[in-house]
Amino acid sequence: MFWQVSFIIFNMRKVFSYIFIVLFFSILLLSGCQKSNNGNQSADQNATDYYYLENKGSDTMVNLALYWAEEYQKLHPEVRISVTGGGSGTGISSLINNTVDLANASRQIKLEEIESANKNGVEPIEYVVARDAIAVIVHPENPINQLTLQEISDIYTGKIQNWNQLGGEDRPIVRLSRETNSGTHVYFLEEVIRLGNSKDKTIFSANTLLLPSSEGIIAEVRANRNAIGYDGLGYITEEVKVLGIAREKGTDYIFPSLNTVNENLYAISRNLYIYAPGTPPTFVKAYLDWIMTSEGQKIVDDLGFIPVE
Amino acid sequence: MKENQTRIFEKIITRTIQFSGYSSILFVLLILFFLLSEGTPALFDVPLSQLFSERWYPIEDYYGILPLILGSLVVTLGASLVAVPFGILTAVFIAEIAPKWLQEIMKPLVELLAGLPSVVLGFLGILVVSPFLRDTLNLPTGLTALTGSLLLGGIAIPTIVSISEDALNNVPESYRHGSLALGLTRWQTIWGVTVPAAKSGILMAVMLGVGRTIGETMTVMMVTGNAPVVPTTLQALFMPIRTMTATIASEMGEVATGSSHYHVLFFIGIVLFLFTLLVNVIASNISSRKLKRSERILS
Repeated sequence: MFWQVSFIIFNMRKVFSYIFIVLFFSILLLSGCQKSNNGNQSADQNATDYYYLENKGSDTMVNLALYWAEEYQKLHPEVRISVTGGGSGTGISSLINNTVDLANASRQIKLEEIESANKNGVEPIEYVVARDAIAVIVHPENPINQLTLQEISDIYTGKIQNWNQLGGEDRPIVRLSRETNSGTHVYFLEEVIRLGNSKDKTIFSANTLLLPSSEGIIAEVRANRNAIGYDGLGYITEEVKVLGIAREKGTDYIFPSLNTVNENLYAISRNLYIYAPGTPPTFVKAYLDWIMTSEGQKIVDDLGFIPVE
Repeated sequence: MKENQTRIFEKIITRTIQFSGYSSILFVLLILFFLLSEGTPALFDVPLSQLFSERWYPIEDYYGILPLILGSLVVTLGASLVAVPFGILTAVFIAEIAPKWLQEIMKPLVELLAGLPSVVLGFLGILVVSPFLRDTLNLPTGLTALTGSLLLGGIAIPTIVSISEDALNNVPESYRHGSLALGLTRWQTIWGVTVPAAKSGILMAVMLGVGRTIGETMTVMMVTGNAPVVPTTLQALFMPIRTMTATIASEMGEVATGSSHYHVLFFIGIVLFLFTLLVNVIASNISSRKLKRSERILS
C-alpha cells in the first residue's frame, strides 16, 4: 500500500519534471520564433484586422508624430500606430533593415545610407512633412541678444571661450549640444559649425556637453547663465532667450518664426522628413496623405513647427 | 525496486541542478565570445594609435577611447571616495553601535536605497545636485564628474553597507566580550578588534560596490555632461566628462551593424568587461586570503 502511494507520488514528480523541461524548452523556442515575426506584421494583414503601423526615428519629431498618430487613430480606429524616438540615425537604420513602416528624420537621408538600403532591397521614398527652425538659446539674463553664424561656429569650435569676447559678461561659455545620433546635431554641425561648407572638417570642441535629450538642454540653459544651446523651435519654452541670427556680419539679425522661416530669411531652418521603405501600402499612404492635409499641418503649427505649404 | 526508482529520481534532480550550474558558465562564455567576436574587428578597422588617441567623435571617424576610459575611472574614483568611508561607517554604526530597534529600521531602509532605480537618481541629480553644486562651488556647469560621483556613491553605499554589515555580524561575539573584558573601550573594541576581524569582508564589500559604479549607466549619462574631455588634473573632477557606459548606451541605437563605429563600441564593452573582471578578481583574492590572515591574527 505504502509502496504504491509512494510510487504514484514518485511518478508524478517525474512527470512534473518532464513537463517542466518541455515547457522550458518550448518557451525558449517560442521566444526565438517571435523575433522573426515582428517585422512583417503589417504586410500580411487582412481587411477585418487592425492595421499596424510602426513609426520610428527623430527625437525632434517624436511629439509631432505622436500627435499625428493620436489624431489619426481617432479618425481611423482600425489603424494602430506605434511611435518611438531614438534619433534620426536610429530611424534610418531601421529603415535600412526594413523593420519600420515609416522612419522620421530631421535630416535628409545620406547617399551611402540609400546605398546600404538598396543592398537590403529597400528603396527609400522621401516625404517632406514639416519644416523646423533651430533656435539658438541662452539664459534669459544673458545680455547677448544676437549673434552671427560665424560667431556661433567659433563658440562651438572653442575659438571663443568667454562671453566677454562677444561683449557679454565675464563668464565662461558652457556649450550644450544633442548627442551625435541626433539629426539636429548633424544638421547643426554641417550648416552652422561648418557654415554649409562640405569640405570643412571642423568639429565640435571636445568640451561640448552632449546631452541625451532636448529637454535636458532646455533645463540646463534655463538654469545656467553660462550656457548656450540649440534646439528645434518646437521645444523652446518661454523660460529661455532665443537669439537673433545673422547670416553674415552686417546683415539683419533675424528671429525664428513662421514667417521668417517660410520666407527663407532665418538662417538655420530645415525640412523634416518621413521615409517609407519602398512604395507604401494603401493604409500607410492614406496616413501620409492625411498628414499633408490642413488638419495634419495644423498639428505641425500647434507644436511650434512650421507647416509645409 | 523503490531504491532503484529513488536513484533514477535522484539522478534527474542532480542533472537538472548540474545543468543550471553549468548554464551560468555557459552564458558567461557566450557573452564573452559575443563581445570578442564583435569587438576585436575594431583593432583591424581602426589603427591602435588612433584607438587610444584623445578625440572621440565617431560620426567623423575619430575613435579615441582614451577620454572615455579615463572618464569612467575619474567617476569611479570619485564615487569610491564618497561611498567607502560613508558605507563602512554606516555599517559599523548599524552592526555595532545602534540599538536593536534602530537597527531594525535602518537595515530595510538601506536595502530600499539599493532598490532605487538609477533613472530616479539621475532625476535627483539634474534637478537638485547639479544646480546645488554649480551655485555653491561656482562652477561653469553643474553637469560634472563630481555630480556623477556623488550619485554613484549613493548607488554603491547600500552594497557596501549590507555586505560589510554581514561581515561585522559574523565576527564571533566572544571577541567583543574578550576585548571589553580586557578593559578596552567600546571604540577601541570596534576599531582594534571587530573591524580588523571583518576586514576581508569589508574589503570585498568595497570592491563589489566599486564594481557596481563602473558599470552604472543611466545616472552618469544624465548628470556628467558627456563631454569627451581627457581628464589631466584633479580639476577634471569639477568638469564634464564622458564615461564608457554612457557612450555605449547613447550610441548603440544609432550605429549601423558591422561598421567600425559598431565594432569600436563593442571594443569599449570589452574594456569595460576587463575592468569589472579585474575588480572581481581582486575581490575574490581578498576573500580567499581572508582565512589565513584572520586565523593568524585571531588564534
